[in-house]
Amino acid sequence: MSVTGKIWALHLGVLVMLAVAQAVLPAYHANNLARIMVLAVFAMGYNIAFGYTGLLSLGHALFFGFGMYGMGLAVWQVEWTFFPAVVLGLLAGGASAAAVGMLALRTAGVSFMIVTLMFAQAGYLTVLYFNQYTGGDQGFAVEAFARQVFGYDLAQDTPRAVAAFVLFAVALVLNLVLVRSRFGRVMAAMRENEERSRMLGYDVFHVKLRVMVISGLYAGAAGAAFGVLFGYVGANFATVQYSILPMLYVLMGGAGVVLGPLLGAVVMFYLIDIASGLTSAHLLVVGVALVVLVLFAPRGLLGMVRERWLPWLP
Amino acid sequence: MAAVILQASGLSRAFGGLQAVDGVDFELQAGEIHALIGPNGAGKTTFVSLLSGRIKPDAGVIRLGGSDITALPAHARVRAGIAYTFQITSIYPRLSVFDNVALAVRGGDLAASVMAALRRVGLAERADQVAGNLSYGHQRLLEVAMGLALSPRVLILDEPTQGLAAGEIAGFVALIRSLVPQTTVLLIEHNMEVVMGLADRITVLNFGRVLARGTTAEIRANPAVQAAYLGGDDAVA
Amino acid sequence: MGFGPFLLLALLEGTVAAAVLALTAVGLSLVFGVMRVVNVAHGEFFMLGAVVAWFVAAAVPGHAAMGFMLALVVAPLVVAGVAALADWLVLKRLNYDPEATIVATIGLLYILQQSALTFFGPTPRPVEAPFTWRIQTPWFGYSGYKLFVVLAAIAILLAVWAFMTRTRAGLVMRATQVDRQTARAFGINVDRVYAGTFALGAGLAAVAAVLVVPVSQAHYLMGGDPLLLSFIVVIIGGLGSLRGTLVAALVIGLGDGVISMFFSPTLAKIIATLLVALVLVFRPQGLFGAKA
Repeated sequence: MSVTGKIWALHLGVLVMLAVAQAVLPAYHANNLARIMVLAVFAMGYNIAFGYTGLLSLGHALFFGFGMYGMGLAVWQVEWTFFPAVVLGLLAGGASAAAVGMLALRTAGVSFMIVTLMFAQAGYLTVLYFNQYTGGDQGFAVEAFARQVFGYDLAQDTPRAVAAFVLFAVALVLNLVLVRSRFGRVMAAMRENEERSRMLGYDVFHVKLRVMVISGLYAGAAGAAFGVLFGYVGANFATVQYSILPMLYVLMGGAGVVLGPLLGAVVMFYLIDIASGLTSAHLLVVGVALVVLVLFAPRGLLGMVRERWLPWLP
Repeated sequence: MAAVILQASGLSRAFGGLQAVDGVDFELQAGEIHALIGPNGAGKTTFVSLLSGRIKPDAGVIRLGGSDITALPAHARVRAGIAYTFQITSIYPRLSVFDNVALAVRGGDLAASVMAALRRVGLAERADQVAGNLSYGHQRLLEVAMGLALSPRVLILDEPTQGLAAGEIAGFVALIRSLVPQTTVLLIEHNMEVVMGLADRITVLNFGRVLARGTTAEIRANPAVQAAYLGGDDAVA
Repeated sequence: MGFGPFLLLALLEGTVAAAVLALTAVGLSLVFGVMRVVNVAHGEFFMLGAVVAWFVAAAVPGHAAMGFMLALVVAPLVVAGVAALADWLVLKRLNYDPEATIVATIGLLYILQQSALTFFGPTPRPVEAPFTWRIQTPWFGYSGYKLFVVLAAIAILLAVWAFMTRTRAGLVMRATQVDRQTARAFGINVDRVYAGTFALGAGLAAVAAVLVVPVSQAHYLMGGDPLLLSFIVVIIGGLGSLRGTLVAALVIGLGDGVISMFFSPTLAKIIATLLVALVLVFRPQGLFGAKA
């Protein structure tokens, strides 16, 4: 089989397995899987920026939050229905990433991390400050009329699972096409050697800005989907923790591997889930995972698989 | 006389108190191989960095084919036709040789253009290797292939033979000679054998100023150049 | 109470906040200056200082001052020890790579915070102040202890300044800050300097926390605000510049105190975080730092 054939067979195979898992797993795990798939879409967006292009952001919670509040406020304040509200969330994610990118991409490395962190923190505080419009700390429920698609009710398990799967499948296929395209190669060039890329005629700032927008669109889509599928919009989704989680998923699964965010999300979701059954200090798992990964496995699980066995893994 | 393809007038750049390039006038004629020589610290790399746009000049004008490119950023100058290969090898070590060159190709049949550039430098059969695993000499050739794949009007090579074995240098010289007259080559080089064997004309920089310019024979006979190379600051002044 | 007294009260509160902030931020600034790494777990060292102070104070019988004085010595030492350990186990192995260090210290943040939740619990707990004198103004009484906090902070900052400029250890730290390679070539044990700097930075945060814990409370989530404010101060003051850090701590501490009293503290933080982002983008040497 050609490399292209192998790649598509693997990724479509994973999608089939996910679909089967959704159908046969008990309701609790099927529901978890729906959450995991939406969070994996968020992490895929993070991976496009960090894993492929080398942009280590600590502010992706802002783009996720923009997606979630873009959708949620459109439903709450102006009573938009599902499709327009979700599309608004998607675009809000991309637009917020463009705005942050315009400024933050003038810096690099540690400064870039802190600038993105500060913008995200300002965004979170803004949600709290305007609590009469945003619901503040309490958040708000997404009303039932906005959770109807083609006559199905997203509050029910099966339509919700299908919706999460469709979003994930589309995001995965687009991610795969993107990183195997010519632009995908240019993204890797930014990560590997920025000065060389400039001297091959690439406008480094604009390439990175485009990547930020793509990444923000993923985050926005995931934020909007999370809100509408699980029926709640709240400020805790805009906290720093939601910038760190996608980073953790990507580091765990493998930065710069298309399937890395999914695997990382599955592993971390269940690690945290198991830990929270044992102790209220379940976020200890997050801290230990971050330190262990950065010390001993900076390439993540699939990164190691690629290194040892599957060099063609995109 | 051939047309001037790249022209600099009054080009200056200081770093702190050091005037690295000081009012240099310079012309590159289409299709020539032009060598830029001078002692260490003469401002050669700064000068070509000004030409390629990696550094902004304090004063002066740069023209490519008659149009003013002084305000263009580096990446736009590359697109306008000025390619630059780094003094210290700069490739994408974790990408394949093919991908390295593919990043330089714009439009057209990608695979064909990449392989054509690789064939010219003799790396075609290594296309699938990871670039970082190539020998040093092959990495330099890869960089030239990337420069060629840009199909530049002017190719600036910053000390391309530095660190190459004697056998590799001969091949390199033949390769550079095969580039003209389709491409114009500006060469910074310390190896005088390479310079004298390749260059049509030579410009000598010293203390950021043009010390001499002319044909190979003229430069060889120039007493000021000899003084600068043999040391003895009073002779230069 | 009229506007004048109200402003005086705000200024007093701001001065206390500025003193505590200056101690904490100088710790962060030292670490960044000498080691060129950003320690995201700095706020957790602050929290740890308060928590350890509570344990010490709770263990010591008799007058509150005894427990407090002991905590003022023990807590910074414990926290400095934890920091040195973290440096040795984690940061050193990362070779102080700036980006990897940030990720690792985020991990450290969670580990410290969640450990405190496990061993200290979720309830905020007070530490009794060593004395309870009040200073009476015509309009309001003011805690004498808070003024003691300001004086103590000034004394400690002077000690740090003397340490950096007058002792051999301080000289070694400054030499390492200027050029790690050269320092190594001159026989300076850079590993030990780094471990010591990281411990000193964390210890300063712990001292600040011990000073502040009698007027606030020890809580496992209390590290967030000092971290954010220290970041703001260090960046606006100019990364790695101690003088800039002190000036910025005074401005931000007073500003935060005053703005928070008259307006919303959330609004003050929004403005400050945006300001920090813009400073990093447009004036990376800081507002008060020397030009880079």
